[in-house]
Formats: sequence, C-alpha cells, structure tokens
Amino acid sequence: MGRKLLLEHINVPGINTLAVYREKGGYRAVEKALKTLTPDEVVEEVKKSGLRGRGGAGFPTGMKWSFLAKPEGVARYLVCNADESEPGTFKDRYLMTYIPHALIEGMIVASFALGAKTSYIYVRGEMMPQIRILEKAIAEAKAAGFLGKNILGTGYDLELYVQPGGGAYICGEETALLESLEGKRGNPRIKPPFPAIAGLYGCPTVVNNVESIAAVVPIINDGGDEYAKIGIGRSTGTKLISASGNLVKPGVYEIELGLPVEEFIYSDEYCGGIANGKRLKATVAGGSSVPILPANLTLKYANGEPRLMSYESLSEGGFATGTMLGSGGFIAFDEDQCIVRNTWNFSRFYHHESCGQCSPCREGTGWLEKVLHRLEYGHGKMSDIDLLVDVSKKIEGNTICPLGDAAAWPVASAIRHFRDEFEWHVKEPVKSLSSNYGLANYAVPIEKKVEEVKQDNL
Amino acid sequence: MLKVEEQQQPVEFSSALVEKFDEIVSRYPAGKQKSALLPLLHLVQAEFGWTSAPAMDKVAEYLNIEPIEVYEVASFYSMYFLQPKGKYVLEVCRTGPCCLVGAEKIMAHIEGKLGVKEGEVTADGLFSWRGVECLAACGYAPVLQIGPEYTFYENLTEQSVDTLIDNLRNK
Repeated sequence: MGRKLLLEHINVPGINTLAVYREKGGYRAVEKALKTLTPDEVVEEVKKSGLRGRGGAGFPTGMKWSFLAKPEGVARYLVCNADESEPGTFKDRYLMTYIPHALIEGMIVASFALGAKTSYIYVRGEMMPQIRILEKAIAEAKAAGFLGKNILGTGYDLELYVQPGGGAYICGEETALLESLEGKRGNPRIKPPFPAIAGLYGCPTVVNNVESIAAVVPIINDGGDEYAKIGIGRSTGTKLISASGNLVKPGVYEIELGLPVEEFIYSDEYCGGIANGKRLKATVAGGSSVPILPANLTLKYANGEPRLMSYESLSEGGFATGTMLGSGGFIAFDEDQCIVRNTWNFSRFYHHESCGQCSPCREGTGWLEKVLHRLEYGHGKMSDIDLLVDVSKKIEGNTICPLGDAAAWPVASAIRHFRDEFEWHVKEPVKSLSSNYGLANYAVPIEKKVEEVKQDNL
Repeated sequence: MLKVEEQQQPVEFSSALVEKFDEIVSRYPAGKQKSALLPLLHLVQAEFGWTSAPAMDKVAEYLNIEPIEVYEVASFYSMYFLQPKGKYVLEVCRTGPCCLVGAEKIMAHIEGKLGVKEGEVTADGLFSWRGVECLAACGYAPVLQIGPEYTFYENLTEQSVDTLIDNLRNK
C-alpha cells in the first residue's frame, strides 16, 4: 500500500465536517504555521518539500511563492485554481466534494505564507454543488476562529471567498482565470508581467491548483524534508491520479510518485486492469493535452525499461516516445477504440474552448476539427494526414497561452504513433465507418534504441 | 455571436435578489465590483431561466458598468443561456472519456425520448438538452447535469435517463 497524505481519511464518515476533520488531526497545520512559524519559514518548508504544481505544469510551488513581489502598502492575493476542466481530470472535484476542509486549511496556511488578507477559490461554474460544499466549510471554519479577524489570537486576518466561473476551459490558465475573476472574458494575458508581479487587480498574486494547496497541509505537519522522502527523484510526494476510460475501476487514486505504470493499470489496489476482459490499446497519461501513447510505450520505454508514474519517467524519450504527467488525468483506451475518432473529439473540444484571441489557435483548432471530422467520416484524403501535422506545427508555440500547444500535441502524437490507423481510414472509408482498426501491433513490445524510433518518426 | 432575443420584456429584480447581489459585491475591494459579474449572472439565470438583454442591462446598471461589458461576458461563457430554454436543461458531457463509455448513445437516446433536437425546447416547455464539453467527472462517465442547481447524474444508462426524465416530468 502506498502512503496516503491527502486521501488518508477520505472514507471516514462525516470527514466533510469540521468536527470530524479536526478529530482526524485537521487544522493542526494552521495552528503550527500561524503560532510557531514565520511566513518565510512556511515558504521554506514548501521549497524543501520539492512540491511541484499539481495543475499540470509541474512548476515548483515553493519557488513560485518566493517570486511574489512584496511592495509596501500593496495588497497581495492568493487565488486557488479550481477551474478543473482538462478532459480526463476530476481529482479536484473529488477532493472538494469529500474533504473540503483539506483545501480550506491549505488556503489559510498558504495565504499566511504569502501575506494575503483576502483569498479566492475560483471554482468552475458547473461545480455548483462543490461551491455550496466549500461555502459551508468556510462558514464552519470561520465560526471556529480559523478565518476572519485575528485568527487564533495571532493577529493574522484572512477572508476567504468562493468565486464561480461561467463555463470556459481557458479559465484554467492562470491569467485568464484572473481576468475572469475581474469580471471579464477569459482572455489570457501576455506574460510578462507574471501574476507574481501584477496579477489580480494589478497586485502581486499567486495562483495555485487545489491539489497543490491541499498538499501544503501535510508538508507543514510533517515538514518539507519528510514530504521530499516520498516519491522518486525530483517527483516528490504523492499525486492524485484521475483514472477514466475503459478500466475495471475508474476513479481517483492517490499514488506515491514513482509507481510503475503497469502496476497502476493492472493491480487490484488501483485500476484493476482493462474493463470487459479487453486489451489495452493506448493511454493519455496526463489529461487530454498531453501526447497519446500506444500501449507498448505506455508500459515501457523504447529500450524496454519499465515506465513509472512520475514527471520525469512519463516524459522519458521526449515527444518521440514519451508523454507528460500533466494534471494526472489518466485515460485508458481498449482495443475497440478508434484513435481517429478520439482525436477528432479532442480537437472539437479545443476548437470549442479556444478563446479566439490568437489567430493560430482560433483558426487552427477549427481546421484540425474539420479535417479530422472528414477523415473519421470517410471523406479523407491521404494528404490530410500531413496537413494535420502541418497545421498542428503552425499552432504550437505561436500563441499567448498553452491552449494552442494543448490542441496541437494530441493530434501530432496520434499521427506519430497511429499513422497506420489514419491511413486505413483513407483506404477503407466505408469499412472504417462500421468497424475499427483494432489493436494492430500497438501493444507489441518494441525493442529499439530511441534514435531508431526518432528516425521512424521523421 | 451574441444572439439577443426578440423578447425584450422588462425584468424586475426582487429585493431578495438585490440583497444577494450586495453580499457578493462586498467580497471584492472597493471599486472592483465588476468582479461580481459572473456570480450575478448565475443568480439572474437561476431566477429567470435565462439571461435576457433587459436583465443584462439591469445588471450593468446595478454594477455601474456599460451594458456591452455584460454582453461580452455573457456571450463568452458557455453556461449563460441567451435564449429561453426548457425548465430542465439536460447537459450531457460529450468529451473523449465520456464517449469511450457511451455518451453518444445516451445523447441519441435523450433526443429520441424528448423528441427534440439539441438546443430545442419540448412543446410543454419542460425540457431542453445539449452536449457540453468535459464536466470533470470522467471516472463516473457518462454524466449529465441539470441547472440551476447543477445536480449531477453519473454512470448513466438508457434506463436511468428514462427514469430521470419521467420523474422530472411528473414533478
């Protein structure tokens, strides 16, 4: 059994209430931080923990905190990014639903560390039930003296509010989120200036994912050094993985980083294998934006070594043979799934969610969707496959925010690894409407040097 | 593009609604009342069933901002209805992970059961349905939600959808 830091008490009845949460040791981190540590010491513990942003980018949280500008007489803000919308990711919904005080406690400690007197939790608008849960938890915490004026008699004041979004994936990007919180369209801002210098209302601001903030609680309770002992290499601590698709037991799992991917998919402690006795064809390991991998490269590197659930191991081999941990949205595809159809589906998503600010993304995502649609529905040409690669290359890196890259990578990687299947759709337009390409050789172990794989992909 | 409906019936905000507005505005620093725009539009939609142009104008007046600042926001975000909808809007997730386990079949079933196409309203005014993008519940797919409370229904089957619709109809 792996260690659980965030979900240890998730099955305790009533853990969503302040009373039970405190019985299980809740709000110790607030007492410890506010009464025995200085804000800088809290930041130092988080730095020592090696915690990396759990929203997808993986940037070290402690470092992000240390960049926060602290001009005299200017308010500073902490904003929690709970705009969870990445296809395949539902861990934050789970955490907020079942153990809301873990987030509230983390928000108090993190706000104290950053010197914020007002903090906001920006929750996607569709999660109204979670908004109600959080507001109730905040009211409980306030009544118990953990929020409001002079918290626990320490002289520290903090107000915490929940802000609903309006339904827009782009608001998961931190500067779009800040625009939205200011009551505007979610158009990402040009960086620099970074939010640490000029964020909410032009004031220094830190934006952190729900899971990152919740992880601050065990880091303060046990110390950053203890947290850093869990995991592997620079992937420290535990990570919530949202498992979905054709699995026996989809759901949210807390893993110690470094768990072998094979164990995560097939062991009974986690996903329990592929549903309905089917075989695994492909996975998207970190939310829809990361490259898709065939089954063989999911389980092992190109050189045959086992792949692990960690930031480094999942990206081993670069985009030629690897992917990314991203937000931990792990989607499994069985042998009956059509990669062309799924790629079209994801492209439609990005087209729908593009904010329209940058032409390469606004126009390019539409092209990707249209060309993939005609391939899927039997009207494709062989040249369409290279057209898709061309369009995705022209989006990638040419937009203000990473949504452009996120739209390009799934298409580029699907063609990189599943070109046979795309070609089959062109050669067999009628057959491809009623049947699918199947598993082909996508699960056959490859024993190649990385250089050879790169050659194949040129 | 913003589709402002023909319907221009004036709306009145009740004092209870304005009280809620006041509480929300108090969450932001002085002069930053525009931050309340998204939450206010949710309250308006919950009250009137959709976000009409007269309602948006009144929100603009309340927040002391230009009407265009409200229109541009309401048309950007997917949750605000710029046309009247059925009393119950069934929003079915249609993104990748849900489709791997049958979301498309569920949508086809709803279309057949309600007898209206995506976005339309049933003759009795009770139901609309539409496909929406990822609802962040992929492990419990297929899923749908119904506003204004955004109650969630998970692991849908054709039978569970039938039961849900019948229960709402008989409510």
